Amino acid sequence: MDSSTSLETHHDTHHRAAAHEEHKLGWWRTYIFSTDHKMIGIQYGLCGLIFLFFGFSLMMLMRWQLAFPGQALPVIGNALGHLFGPGSMPDGKMTPEFYNSLGAMHGTIMIFLGIVPVAFAAFGNFVVPLQIGAPDMTFPKINAASFWAFGVGGVIMLTSFFVPGGAAKGGWTSYAPLSVVADTGPTFHPFWNGQTLWLFGFVFLITSSLLGAINFITTIIQLRAKGLTWMRLPFFVWTQFVTAFLLVLAFPPLEAAIIMQIMDRVAATSFFMPTGMIVNGAPLHISGGGSPLLWQHLFWFLGHPEVYVLILPAMGITAEILANNSRKPLWGYKSLVFSVLVLGFLSFIVWAHHMWLTGMGSTVSAFFQTTTLLISIPSVIILSAFFISLWGGSIRFNVPMLFATAFLPMFGIGGLTGIPLAFNSADLYLHDTYYVIAHFHYIVAPGTIFALFAGIYYWFPKATGRMMNEFWGKVHFWPSLICMNVIFLPMFLQGMLGMHRRWYDGGQGWNVAGETVWGQTGFQWNTWISSAAWIMGLAQIPFIINFFWSIRHGKKAKENPWDATTLEWTAPSPPPHGNFLSAPVAYRGPYEYSLPGRDVDFTMQSEPIQPTEHVRRTEPEPEPVHA
Amino acid sequence: MEIPYTVNTRPDTGLWNAKVGIWLFLASEVMLFGGLFSAYIFLRLDAEPGMWPHGLLNVPVGTMNTAILIASSVTVVLAWASLKMRRFWAYWWYMLITILCGITFLTVKLVYEWPQKFDHFGAFIKQEALEKYEPYLGNHHLEEKGLAPRREITGHLHNKAALSDPNIKEYDIALDPVNADPTNPANDRPHFLYQPSTDKIAKIEKEDVEYASMFEPRHSAYFASYFTITGLHGLHVLGGVIVFTYFWLPIGSKLYKRNPEHLANRVEVVGLFWHFVDLVWIFVFPLFYLL
Ligand code: HEM
Ligand SMILES: [Cu+2]
Repeated sequence: MDSSTSLETHHDTHHRAAAHEEHKLGWWRTYIFSTDHKMIGIQYGLCGLIFLFFGFSLMMLMRWQLAFPGQALPVIGNALGHLFGPGSMPDGKMTPEFYNSLGAMHGTIMIFLGIVPVAFAAFGNFVVPLQIGAPDMTFPKINAASFWAFGVGGVIMLTSFFVPGGAAKGGWTSYAPLSVVADTGPTFHPFWNGQTLWLFGFVFLITSSLLGAINFITTIIQLRAKGLTWMRLPFFVWTQFVTAFLLVLAFPPLEAAIIMQIMDRVAATSFFMPTGMIVNGAPLHISGGGSPLLWQHLFWFLGHPEVYVLILPAMGITAEILANNSRKPLWGYKSLVFSVLVLGFLSFIVWAHHMWLTGMGSTVSAFFQTTTLLISIPSVIILSAFFISLWGGSIRFNVPMLFATAFLPMFGIGGLTGIPLAFNSADLYLHDTYYVIAHFHYIVAPGTIFALFAGIYYWFPKATGRMMNEFWGKVHFWPSLICMNVIFLPMFLQGMLGMHRRWYDGGQGWNVAGETVWGQTGFQWNTWISSAAWIMGLAQIPFIINFFWSIRHGKKAKENPWDATTLEWTAPSPPPHGNFLSAPVAYRGPYEYSLPGRDVDFTMQSEPIQPTEHVRRTEPEPEPVHA
Repeated sequence: MEIPYTVNTRPDTGLWNAKVGIWLFLASEVMLFGGLFSAYIFLRLDAEPGMWPHGLLNVPVGTMNTAILIASSVTVVLAWASLKMRRFWAYWWYMLITILCGITFLTVKLVYEWPQKFDHFGAFIKQEALEKYEPYLGNHHLEEKGLAPRREITGHLHNKAALSDPNIKEYDIALDPVNADPTNPANDRPHFLYQPSTDKIAKIEKEDVEYASMFEPRHSAYFASYFTITGLHGLHVLGGVIVFTYFWLPIGSKLYKRNPEHLANRVEVVGLFWHFVDLVWIFVFPLFYLL
């Protein structure tokens, strides 16, 4: 483990130190092979956003097939057929195999190449060291290695679209034995096929997450600024801390499973292949003796903590922005911290709630039903604390705040609709329907992704020294909010009508029980849902333009444009290499807004306690003194 | 600003950075091997009676490799202690021994143990044909004694072409002692010492065979987990050896002149990793060789 990297000391206290540094390191070292946590964070962020849009585009294609099954996709259909090769979209009509590839890769890309890189790696890298007053991550070279492992994993995943037979088709969960027999046979290359590449890509993505997570935890333990005790950490840092632990402990068992699946595919072992498998009418020539359930257990042992990896950083971002824009301390800081720790712990013992249909027996399922219900308690505490934080605040509805407040009800809907799934008996019906899709998308899409947008608008001035445009931010926000709900709300009903989550024809063949609601069947709603998805795609254009335009032309931002309190706002915008002009010291808690007896309504963590001050909000109130 | 606590300890945590890092890394490694070992348990519990083999590995060789790894764990501590006492040449020698131990371990695995397995053959007999091969299996005898049945006939495959040529209808095997003399009570339990194949030849018709292959990963759940886990463990040994070699060669050990404490810290960190690799082997050895 290399920890020798040191940063040059700055002799010039000039704000132009950054420019000076670029000059010294050269373009490649500054922008591409950087070891500076800020640049790595930005790299992760840009790549992650591009992957998010790419993954979303895959879904926009699928939505055509779901709304108009079997019809040729107009305008771009033929071109896509040429791009993705024969077997994808002949004459612009999507084949079932290609549909499966799109679905599997949508899930994989959104989660592992989109949300995790942006929510964890990008925000964590950029913001955490600044918030804890550190000059960089503890292991800058390992940090860069993490980014490059991610890059390799991403390239492998993208390449897999263009090998014969196309990308992986087994869903983001890659259930064996299907995933072991998929993409094998005479028309496939033994190595260069979608599923095998998916597995190898994953090995790199897991490596990347591990390196990043270890770095984050070490940094938070070791590099907190003087005076920044654990209970003075911004809530965002806590969420990243717990997230990193989830990654360190949950990813390796999946890596073990991936290695075993690679062995099954490449070395013909039978880890996940039971004895007596018949495929296409012929018995498979394998030794057998394996267990498909083993894959499910190992997958969900990662899979469930992973969903908290997707949500915790979003909660952290929301917390920062809510406190800042309600001009009030976060309500119940301590209960928030303990809730997030309990969430992290519990998330390791609920995984089998994804496997109710495997017939695990009533004792085991009673255990997992109980833990699953328990885990909703800390989630509810966190959400309630956020709502209460708004109470009585003088709220500023700027763009970050719009996205952050929208997060609350959206996450609420997603979380509450998880509760029926937590009951074995209800889930037997709902499992693998669009209801589940709606449940987790409410959490991840209008939940996490909105929090990510909030964070981008909020920390953009810190990264670039310029503000993003408020008006275009609102043009981005409102259509996105409406479309999100038009897309996902009907899916609950579709699921309850019995629509299976992986149907290729969108339920047309079955016409979703033929029941009509408002004169339409569940199948017919697909048209509405798909149109909303495409409109939402358009609604991202203002964001993209705003983002790139503002880098050069946005309104100039000073160090602390939001009148915020945490340490990152004491560094110059953008912070130079090494971050702070002098080592920061924290004297107080993270959310000292509207302290009485001050001329401004915020008091930064770096401001020493005044002798006349009595109340410190985030620490226990002193006992009243009796004369 | 420089990154603090790369060499010195942070007062309130009492740790330097890389030490925190390596413990976290080891935690993740515990989960990685934990995942593999739990797969081993899962598969073994699921195995039908007689399908989990015993006594196929060479215990004395495995014991020797265990001893070599444990010895190297001691020498790496001595290397670190020598650095702490600023005795560079003692460090140099201890490190050299550690590296050689690691290389010996890998050589034994890759040059002797694995190839020996790849050269061995086993055929699982179909349920309905078990009676036909009773002279090689001795299941009546085992049943009397209340022992698990045998499903597999193992030995040295004489007509290797049979593996790939569908026109060859049978396997010619020089039987292992168990199958050569299946009712001998001495063969009821696995042998501790390695026993070569006998010169008794058996012909096994392919028709009667459920599944047959050399002792490769694909052969059975047992060999799948054996090769996967020892392979991954071997990669860890290799990684350790490479890093040690770097610190032992002038390119890595020149740090000693600049900051001996820093080199000591680095050796300590990799040493911790090395102990972990050792520990994994302490689990591998009984699980695959003895139980
Ligand atoms: C708050 C309490 C929550 C409960 C009780 C809950 C419960 C469940 C259950 C039981 C399932 C399995 C449904 C099935 O497959 O039949 C499920 C699926 C899922 N949940 Fe949740 N959940 C909760 C929160 C979350 C959160 C915070 C996330 C974060 C993003 C999340 C993401 C997911 C995902 C991605 C799936 C689907 C996985 C798949 O099958 O592809 N859930 N949830
Ligand atoms: Cu779950």
